[in-house]
Amino acid sequence: MKPLNLIPADIDLAFIPKRKLFFVFSFILVIASIGMVFTKGLNFGIDFKGGILIEVRTPEAADIGKMRGQLNNIGLGEVSLQEFGEPTDVLIRIPRQDGGEKAQQEAVNTVKAALGEGVTYRRTEVVGPQVSQELLRDGLMAVSLAILAILVYIWFRFEWQFGVGAVCALVHDVVTTIGIFALLGFEFNLSTVAAVLTIAGYSINDTVVVYDRVREKLRKYKKMDLPDLLNLAINRTLSRTVITSLTTLLALLALFFLGGEVIRDFSFAMIWGVIIGTYSSICLAVPLLIYFGLDDRARGGIAGDDDPEIIEEAQ
Amino acid sequence: MVNFPTWKKVLVALICFIGLAFAAPNFAPKDVTEQLPSWLPNQQVNLGLDLRGGSHLLLEVEVQAVIDEYLEALVGSARDELRSERIRYRSLSKTETSVGVTIPDAVDREKALELLRGVDAGAEISVEGDRIIIEMTEAQKIERRVSAVQQSIEIIRRRIDETGVREPTIQRQGDDRIIVQLPGIDDPERVKDLLGQTAKMSFHLVDIQNSVEEALAGRVPPGSMLLPMIEGASGPGNLNAILVKKRVAVSGENLVDAQPSFDGRDNQPVVSFRFDTLGAKKFGKITTDNVRRPFAIVLDGQVLSAPVIQEPILGGAGQISGNFSVQNTQDLSLLLRAGALPAPLTILEERTVGPGLGADSIAAGEIACLVGLIAVIIFMAIAYGRFGIYADLALMANIFLILGMLSMLQATLTLPGIAGIVLTIGMAVDANVLIFERIREEVRLGRNPIAAVDAGYSRALTTIIDSNLTTLIAAILLFSFGSGPIKGFSVTLAIGIVTSMFTAIMLTRLFVVTWLRAKRPDTLPL
Repeated sequence: MKPLNLIPADIDLAFIPKRKLFFVFSFILVIASIGMVFTKGLNFGIDFKGGILIEVRTPEAADIGKMRGQLNNIGLGEVSLQEFGEPTDVLIRIPRQDGGEKAQQEAVNTVKAALGEGVTYRRTEVVGPQVSQELLRDGLMAVSLAILAILVYIWFRFEWQFGVGAVCALVHDVVTTIGIFALLGFEFNLSTVAAVLTIAGYSINDTVVVYDRVREKLRKYKKMDLPDLLNLAINRTLSRTVITSLTTLLALLALFFLGGEVIRDFSFAMIWGVIIGTYSSICLAVPLLIYFGLDDRARGGIAGDDDPEIIEEAQ
Repeated sequence: MVNFPTWKKVLVALICFIGLAFAAPNFAPKDVTEQLPSWLPNQQVNLGLDLRGGSHLLLEVEVQAVIDEYLEALVGSARDELRSERIRYRSLSKTETSVGVTIPDAVDREKALELLRGVDAGAEISVEGDRIIIEMTEAQKIERRVSAVQQSIEIIRRRIDETGVREPTIQRQGDDRIIVQLPGIDDPERVKDLLGQTAKMSFHLVDIQNSVEEALAGRVPPGSMLLPMIEGASGPGNLNAILVKKRVAVSGENLVDAQPSFDGRDNQPVVSFRFDTLGAKKFGKITTDNVRRPFAIVLDGQVLSAPVIQEPILGGAGQISGNFSVQNTQDLSLLLRAGALPAPLTILEERTVGPGLGADSIAAGEIACLVGLIAVIIFMAIAYGRFGIYADLALMANIFLILGMLSMLQATLTLPGIAGIVLTIGMAVDANVLIFERIREEVRLGRNPIAAVDAGYSRALTTIIDSNLTTLIAAILLFSFGSGPIKGFSVTLAIGIVTSMFTAIMLTRLFVVTWLRAKRPDTLPL
């Protein structure tokens, strides 16, 4: 079997010269995301807002209009209904009830009484006000700590400039992911936080691979201009970047289309994250290094431990 | 790197074999694995409630209720002590954590201080002006909280066991919370009902000297209390409230058995009960002294019924009538048998998944895994030829290792956990991609196959470790801060990272090196 070289070995695309374009694009993306979050708002799920979520299956295709009529006049506030995967399945969302934890439980009973016999309850989730606040706090904590820990790790393994560059790319990925959730009105819940953290992990993974190559080239070509050197590092790792992104996307697409309705938003977030993470590693994390003073002093420092093999190669 | 000593080969094979052995029970029906001898791996992956169906409840013990009750008792004993010594006092009251009393006379205050020290030896007692404050110490509060939660867990377990739920998990979380997991329960209504009652039962004499009407108007005589009748029952004079003595005649703690049955005369559902020796003695005395007077049966602050004592009951057995259905008597006797909760429970969070959705999720997850796996396998074979097939073999071994690890550690596999496995399938080959790309570069630099493979593996290694460790950091944070299903996702992700590093680095190298040594090719098919 003859292997296929998806990306030619001598590929030389001009990423670094076009960096201003990427910066502008990303800047617009981030501003738009923040704007989206503030104007349209995030569609928080019950995990963070408290409330009730019930998935029911009816014997025949559900009459959502009729159900809405049954549920909107029982004094539980704005009940939202949505077809969920199959025409027989309906997802019912009930806002958090005033009156503490007990009121939530009573609301569930009210809904069950209103819907009557004949429907199967596939899922019932009730999150009280107390727990929802804790979950939100823990979620924010997890994301911030993850970013901090990654910054420290990269700083420790590389130079500080790399740490800052990686975190800029990371924050970009996290913000735009949240932005697209606001734009599309997808539910933002615990799974989304998990997806965001995984995106952070994936994006940093990608960035580290390119940075590793940058570090190696810095040692090898001491006279080369930094922009040329960075462009070289990106092109030499491009084949790997593309192939890994493709295999990950293949798996995630299978999950998106076949994994069931419950984790569809989750898989969507990951797919978006892989694409944006790959983009940010190449087009943000690496070109940003130019502006962080990765100057001769830093290069000199790195070059202190010359690899004799590399020097021999360069000749 | 091209050197592969025999011991290393044996080790790699052994690890793969162990992984396979632990994964194997998952492919056999459960009744077969249960019959396997215990020295063989016989555990299947522990499925989370979102996959097997069931109900997850997060409960909070209202610890303040226990503390209030304790302080209430402290107020009672302080009052008794002060009265018995004829000390004049006013505003004897409790706050959230303390009891205070004002004693104007300085000599009396000194005396009272001594007396009150004896009431609660552990508490901190202090004087502020003419007021004596008995403050619960932090240690006392913690002790009460710990024992209330511990006791609640015990009572919850007994109540749930009585309902016949199989394999419930009941565990403490944090300071005052309890997680209850009920596999296979898709309507936890009955369990929630049972846990929603503290089931504190007591027998009181009815206050017949004072009128209920007076009490309803706000003039409740000291030593008595006005209690509502339970729905559907009515007290004397057809009112829905009744005046009973505060003093507990016999406590529900003295019950040893309770069973649903029917009344001999009118065939109404009743609960028959039996007291222990002490309870029987007390009950005998009370009923002997109060023939033809009513006594009240009180459950959680409501009066179930207030029958008139017809004759002394000396055997220690009796029955509770009320406006009961058969289900009521079954539940009540269950609650009485299991004992009272020390404090009320609040349901903070409930997540229930029906068996239908769970089964659908497993099926969807399996298909997604399989399709994702096949897609990646084909892609890798196309992209890297022979080397891609080696990576594919490693990928399949990786799946078995993940399954084996999950079964061995008895970690819980959730729906997001399955997503974690699918993601791992995609990312696991990354290490191989890195290595193979590196080998290609080395070949281009003019190295011979063996040197290129050698350099490829060693150069790619640091990158692989760096990139995987960062993902591992994210997984560990997810585990520490995530809850429920998210924890499940972080577990499979973390296990996947570790196993994929092993299979991608060690296993593929074993294949590649073995092939290199056997064929000694002039060029690499890469």
